Amino acid sequence: MAQYDLETLRQLKRGELPFHLVHEMQSSHKDSDRFFKMLAIAQESVPWDDRILLPYAEHLYIVEKPDKSRVVKCDCGHEFGDYRRNWKLSALVYVRDTEEKINEIYPNMLGCDPEWMHLREYICPGCGTLLEVEAVPPGYPVVFDFQPDIDTFYEKWLKKPLNRE
Amino acid sequence: MGEGLKPSTAVHPQVAIGWGGKTLKEMLEESERVFKETGRYAGLDRLSLREEHPIRYERIFSLLRGGLVNARETALNISASPIVKEIGELCFALYTPEGDSIALSTGIIVHVHTMSDAIKFMIRNNWEVSPGIRSGDIFSNNNSIIGDVHTADVHTIIPIFWEGEIIGWAGGVTHEIDVGAVTPGSMAFGHEDRYGDGLLLSCEKAGENDEFYQSYLKKVSDSVRAEMYWVLDERTRLAGCHMIRDQVYRVIQEEGIETYKRFIREVIEEGRRSFKERVKEVTFPGIYESPRFTDVPWKDDPTVSHKARRDTLMHAPLTIQIGADGDFNMSYEGANKWGYHSFNCAPSPMQGALWVQMTQSLIPNDKVNDGAYLATSLKLPYGSWCNPDYEKVSTTLSWHFLIPAFTGLIRSLARAYYSRGYLEEISASFPLTGNILQGGGKNHYGVESAFTNFEMSSEGTGAMYFKDGEDSTAAMWNPEGDMGEAETWESLEPLLYLGRSLKPMTPGPGKYRGGAGIESVRMLYRTDEQTLFNGLADGHVFGSAGIFGGYPGNAGYRHSLHGTNMKEIIQNQLPYPTRDGDPEHSEVDEVIRAEENVFDKHATAGPQIFREYDIYVSVHRGGPGLGDVLERDPHLVEKDLNEGYLLPRYAESIYGVVAEQSADGTWKADLEKTAARREQMRKERLARAIPAEAFLERERDRILHRDFIEPVLEMYQSSMDLSPEWREKFLKFWDLPEDFRMVSG
Repeated sequence: MAQYDLETLRQLKRGELPFHLVHEMQSSHKDSDRFFKMLAIAQESVPWDDRILLPYAEHLYIVEKPDKSRVVKCDCGHEFGDYRRNWKLSALVYVRDTEEKINEIYPNMLGCDPEWMHLREYICPGCGTLLEVEAVPPGYPVVFDFQPDIDTFYEKWLKKPLNRE
Repeated sequence: MGEGLKPSTAVHPQVAIGWGGKTLKEMLEESERVFKETGRYAGLDRLSLREEHPIRYERIFSLLRGGLVNARETALNISASPIVKEIGELCFALYTPEGDSIALSTGIIVHVHTMSDAIKFMIRNNWEVSPGIRSGDIFSNNNSIIGDVHTADVHTIIPIFWEGEIIGWAGGVTHEIDVGAVTPGSMAFGHEDRYGDGLLLSCEKAGENDEFYQSYLKKVSDSVRAEMYWVLDERTRLAGCHMIRDQVYRVIQEEGIETYKRFIREVIEEGRRSFKERVKEVTFPGIYESPRFTDVPWKDDPTVSHKARRDTLMHAPLTIQIGADGDFNMSYEGANKWGYHSFNCAPSPMQGALWVQMTQSLIPNDKVNDGAYLATSLKLPYGSWCNPDYEKVSTTLSWHFLIPAFTGLIRSLARAYYSRGYLEEISASFPLTGNILQGGGKNHYGVESAFTNFEMSSEGTGAMYFKDGEDSTAAMWNPEGDMGEAETWESLEPLLYLGRSLKPMTPGPGKYRGGAGIESVRMLYRTDEQTLFNGLADGHVFGSAGIFGGYPGNAGYRHSLHGTNMKEIIQNQLPYPTRDGDPEHSEVDEVIRAEENVFDKHATAGPQIFREYDIYVSVHRGGPGLGDVLERDPHLVEKDLNEGYLLPRYAESIYGVVAEQSADGTWKADLEKTAARREQMRKERLARAIPAEAFLERERDRILHRDFIEPVLEMYQSSMDLSPEWREKFLKFWDLPEDFRMVSG
């Protein structure tokens, strides 16, 4: 089974690992300790101390607070609240719902028609990072991209249950 | 059959052909019962052959798999059709007697499972009794309700016998250029229902004693426009099936029939177990949502029939649940109703699509079979576009709905890989596979014919976590995407390529952008008249979406010029356009004068008449992007400017990159100004965005006022009508009254 050192994985995260090495990684059997190594890399990269339970999406983590509550947190430190509630509902939103706004990204003819579909940009209130873009018809409920089953993962897949005391 | 191989034995029709005196139907019922009771294929506890003789076991697999790949490569060279020969639109598979796939070749492996459905259909419906299943028989199928994607994909399926017992099936599939539908082309649309879909073969017995019936060949030749290709492809598939059968006989002669029987059970159970282990190895348990949409803008389209004249928005609300045991459950609960168009999809192609996606994502190895199918579930609401309650729906272009519907699978897996740290596996998914040009008429050889151009096999791929997507290189339905040689298409189609190039602004923007799509400019030549379609194209919506802040790749458009001055341009040797380029400054329009210039978002349009020197612009798709655009390396933006991926006016509006053009025309990013501009853009983002609560309040008000166009209103109402579960979710999210309706009725 392949094993990768932390520096190799840091390079992968930064997009700096040469492609032939990434390709080897893609073709090899998976390294079973990857989760914990990437967790360590995530933890060392953030300016705060809350324990990261999982990398949730680019810039976002689910962390354990000192009171054992679990929240979605941006690497800038902004917190979006309980991970079981869609973090987008606590974000800032910019909706591209006119031709003019869509044409800032796509030339006329290559974008969507705002009456059929608009773009919802979800932005971190703390740092202004664009975290997700939804392309949905107007009136569509906010999409809850991922609701992780953290306890099952730690208990049954990793065999390392989280202490919730 | 090869020399020295044991001949198969004909079976008397009154004698059951299954194992141990059972009928095939009894074998299938027992197989399903045992799986239901034990949760394991054939009820196997131990994979004893694999455990005790691992090398032998792997050797058997390699021999069978090698035989399948060999059959495909040989068959590919028998075919005359560019779709098969150039694009590789064929594949072969080997099945158990019950129709479960054991191993497969490379190629359009979506059909491994659709042929499985067709075999099971024959078994369930007593084909064993009538028309009979005997050694040397040949069956043909292209009925998607039975097991297929659409009429264009034709199956040849043969039973394999050994000493009086059926020991399996070999199957092959190719995509045909024309299917004899109401209008020319392999995936004609614009008609209302199946009666316009063309020649329909419902697991028909097409031959015996390893030869096609003359009556069958006469029928298919008479039923389609490009008959030479069809008939050659029949022989292509049959030759491949016979090669597979020979290989099975070789394996049995070397290993013995009992070992073969044991092997085919164990290899499927191994496939099932390894799939579940793989799910636990690389994904994360939980619930993933990734809905998708496609438009059918036909309300005012005179090219389509009366009942089809509606604006429709397809709703594919994909939810994936990954369970504690590695269960992988997919659901389209909330999908809206089927329609009088050709984009409806039966369960068989949906299963096939799941299959082809899995083999390119979770289980990207050669040891793939129906074990993976048995380890997953797929909920397709009855009455919806993906499981119609009317069997006479048209399905000629199921892909138009199916492709976007599955983009969410790849995006959801990307989220799982991200959480596990397997960043090297992440893709922002794939775009819709369009534009597809097809049609027909009296061609450049002076004969009535038809064609389907398959350069849409090469769309841009989605961005990866660590790099941009690949340009014009793949289609979700064929892992070996190839656009085909322009010259080869020109030999078949009465349209010249004036140009074929990467199209700017097709990649979905992001920290890493999608790969670019191409565009082709085609001119009708040496033909008086052709009927052409614009198809498989999302115009008003994005058929895919980005991830982690990335944007979708381009939506499509239609650009056709009728009554042009191209004849004069050629005679006077004047410059002609090779691309449309920036659609706001179309290079085609700058050069060509035309009596009629059709330039709109009506990217999926029914049969239209084109004449010699008319122009058809074929716009393809770029892949979706990944990550925040303001994090893109300014040097990559600079490179995109210099290589024509990005139009200069978008460097700043999308990426915040301030670039200057030097005297020699090359662009250079000013890093200092870029950093300042990006800082300013982040502030602008924060200033102009509103809290989600405020947006929800505003949007709820729109809902209460039904302030949407008709297809959007109807999509919501249809989903609520078909699914109480989705209705409850929608009403709860928006806090709407229990009796709320989007459309009165």
